[in-house]
Amino acid sequence: MNEAIAPVSAAEYLARHEAKGLLRFLTCGSVDDGKSTLIGRLLYDTKLLFEDQLATLAADSRKHGTAGDELDFALLVDGLAAEREQGITIDVAYRFFATERRKFIVADTPGHEQYTRNMATGASNSDVAVILVDARKGILTQTRRHSFIVSLLGLKDVVLAVNKIDLMDYSQAVFDQIVADYCAFAAEFGFRTLVPIPISARHGDNVIARSANTPWYEGPSLLEHLDTLDVESVAQTRPFRLPVQWVNRPNLNFRGFSGTVASGSVRVGEAVVVAGSGATSRIASIVTADGELAQASAGQAVTLTLEDEIDASRGDVIAAADARPDVSDQFAAHLIWMHEDSLLPGRPYLMKIGTRTVVMSVTEIKHRIDVNSFQKLAAKTLALNDVAVVNIATHDPIALDPFAEIPQTGSFIVIDRMSNQTVGAGMVDFGLRRATNVHWQALDVTKASRAGLKLQKPAVLWFTGLSGAGKSTIANLVEKRLNALGRHTYLLDGDNVRHGLNKDLGFTDADRVENIRRVAEVARLMVDAGLIVLVSFISPFRAEREMARELLESGEFVEIFIDTPLDVAEQRDVKGLYKRARAGQIQNFTGIDSPYEPPVDPEITIESGALAAEAAAEHIFAFLLERGYLS
Amino acid sequence: MSSERMTHLRRLEAESIFIMREVAAEFANPVMLYSIGKDSAVMLHLAAKAFYPSPPPFPLMHIDTTWKFREMIAFRDATAARLGFKLLVHTNQDGVAKGINPFDHGSSLYTHVMKTEALKEALTLHGFDAAFGGARRDEEKSRAKERVFSFRTANHGWDPKSQRPELWNLYNARIRPGESIRVFPLSNWTELDIWQYILAENIPIVPLYLAAERPVVERDGQLIMVDDERLPLAPGEVPQMKRVRFRTLGCYPLTAAIESDADTLEAIVGEMLLARTSERAGRLIDHDEAASMEKKKREGYF
Repeated sequence: MNEAIAPVSAAEYLARHEAKGLLRFLTCGSVDDGKSTLIGRLLYDTKLLFEDQLATLAADSRKHGTAGDELDFALLVDGLAAEREQGITIDVAYRFFATERRKFIVADTPGHEQYTRNMATGASNSDVAVILVDARKGILTQTRRHSFIVSLLGLKDVVLAVNKIDLMDYSQAVFDQIVADYCAFAAEFGFRTLVPIPISARHGDNVIARSANTPWYEGPSLLEHLDTLDVESVAQTRPFRLPVQWVNRPNLNFRGFSGTVASGSVRVGEAVVVAGSGATSRIASIVTADGELAQASAGQAVTLTLEDEIDASRGDVIAAADARPDVSDQFAAHLIWMHEDSLLPGRPYLMKIGTRTVVMSVTEIKHRIDVNSFQKLAAKTLALNDVAVVNIATHDPIALDPFAEIPQTGSFIVIDRMSNQTVGAGMVDFGLRRATNVHWQALDVTKASRAGLKLQKPAVLWFTGLSGAGKSTIANLVEKRLNALGRHTYLLDGDNVRHGLNKDLGFTDADRVENIRRVAEVARLMVDAGLIVLVSFISPFRAEREMARELLESGEFVEIFIDTPLDVAEQRDVKGLYKRARAGQIQNFTGIDSPYEPPVDPEITIESGALAAEAAAEHIFAFLLERGYLS
Repeated sequence: MSSERMTHLRRLEAESIFIMREVAAEFANPVMLYSIGKDSAVMLHLAAKAFYPSPPPFPLMHIDTTWKFREMIAFRDATAARLGFKLLVHTNQDGVAKGINPFDHGSSLYTHVMKTEALKEALTLHGFDAAFGGARRDEEKSRAKERVFSFRTANHGWDPKSQRPELWNLYNARIRPGESIRVFPLSNWTELDIWQYILAENIPIVPLYLAAERPVVERDGQLIMVDDERLPLAPGEVPQMKRVRFRTLGCYPLTAAIESDADTLEAIVGEMLLARTSERAGRLIDHDEAASMEKKKREGYF
């Protein structure tokens, strides 16, 4: 096992090193199950630690260690100052070691529940999961949670490392009981291999070599198992997919599509299709800096040229012509939520799938999955670390495969459009319908012709601001002014719409998002009808106002921020709502116990504290005249 | 290249190329930081491969502290020209005017002014929204925790506690104006992989990595090369000619040499097999204080 002191020549060594394969695994399990200690032990016993690192470790062990006078291996991998101080793992650490056969990349992932997202991160790039269990404690909530997430992320090979077996007198009965408990709930996860091993990370039993302390155990040591495990690469056997990363155009004579083969393989001359457009061609050449190839397979970074001049760009998927991916704008997926701000159905987010980034929203949370009982529960929103089955709608049709068939083209991340944070990770279950089956009906009378009759440019005047800011009063005055001039308008008022179209909605964040989504869609239809639409809604969230803006064409959305300070609005309290909210009689009241996100760059800002309603209406009217909305 | 079963080196190569192409496609104004060392040499070589037959669609930038080995500067200019890169060189002129140097001001302040501040200044000056660095996760503990796409605030700061989850190969490149991403395409390479690849691909490296007779002085058990007359000698201190080489290259007063006879790449690897210290043991700045790398990185160091 121990290559670092093997007496071989450099040339021999290099030849062997070059032929090695790569295995990536993660260690997971509950807090204090000894994940970091195990990795420290692997590095130490494979002589991958240097003298200066050992000196630092010895000093750190004296300062922060929990292993008495011995080396505390966990301090090797807990690299952040905060981690060493608190003695916990917060973020994924990647470590490297090698044997004669393989190079290993280990993701050491945190056990604390609030860092579950980091554990999922580590699992997403691993071939094998090593799930640790403390022999003294048996199966814990985190053991079940981590096993579930490991299965969710498609890992098929699992090691159940029953650690600290030394503290249970190397008892076979303890080990057998834990293995039985584990198998009882893990059976439904469909792991291809599940190998239980009794170990002591602290003392090294069954880590590198089999231990004399567990004569009753006849299986391999952990390293022997990892070294010989045959990890099947399903990607090679699936249909050909290549998400285009970058169009390579050094000159007018060369147009190539650069990307990494996600699955399957392709040969020069084979028929391929650009999934989105359906355009077909044949592979003309497979270009690399090291020369042209006859064939490219999963994992290889190449540049393809095609026989025909067909259109493809970043985000498109080039696929086998006879085994195409789904192209859909609606699909079902498993979703892991990774942010403190909850997922709100209807809210637009970005998703990145392959090399494509599109706007999407969750149309329905079918159910949340309790990771302890694996029961299906109803849910209106998803909180940090929640796992759910959802339906998703995308703005544009995308090429996708079920994650179970081709993980590379069936996995996606969710990005918040305001903060740019990665807030979720998903796995496609299946496309819900082929977008190509639903066509937009072309109509002869257009928005322009309808608006032309009215001598006006259709638009949405979107009034946003706190309750009591004066939105409806000002909107009402603007509409009166337009009506007097013979313009065709309609005013959508928040309170009025909640009596009808939106009477099924409450005031939770999720319902507020749906409230605005519906009103934005109605406003869009009215703009299509040629109207000037005044929308008077608190509309507290930036994301939904942006969604409304994007439903319309450039220039059709006029955001009007009625900027009234909270204390002024509360003093007015026309409807007595603030008083009731302060008394706790109304929940989720904007400005009191629910946030208001002011516009960043509105077309018009009215400081309503300083300006009378009539003057404000006049200001807005002048804007409309000046910008040509009233020709 | 056999495609049926890729060796780990070919997998690493493909991963790095994927990362570089993502950056070229997603960012408006990326740059590749060039440190002239062996990792940079591999990174440049991969960049040339990633976009072939096009030239790499971003410039190189070197932060010149004015205290680099002279051989490094000559090598830098030759390499950029050979691979067809546009080369930008930036020096913190304010630091030069104030005469900041590693002897009078200590390695900590010197590194902060001439490397970290200079880098931030250059990134802001050119408005780069993504910057490639050649750092590897096996180098140091806080690096082991870093993402491939590592987010930086408008002040170039790193917050290790709130890094974006990074799943599969789906890198989140979204930023607001002024913010940036540091990208580490060699994250999963080890020191041995680097040498293996240099050998396999015949990549030119700075001759300082190979053993030769060089003038050195011994200080606190470390061998410091006398690269020019600016190195202050203690009374009675006389540079001696020793057969030495460098495992890692930085500013010459802050980078210790090791005694060695390894004057070929094969010999270097042979020496590594017996090495009992890590390569960063030769970097004097890492030992300044506990968790010093994390601290420097929070402040904007690469």
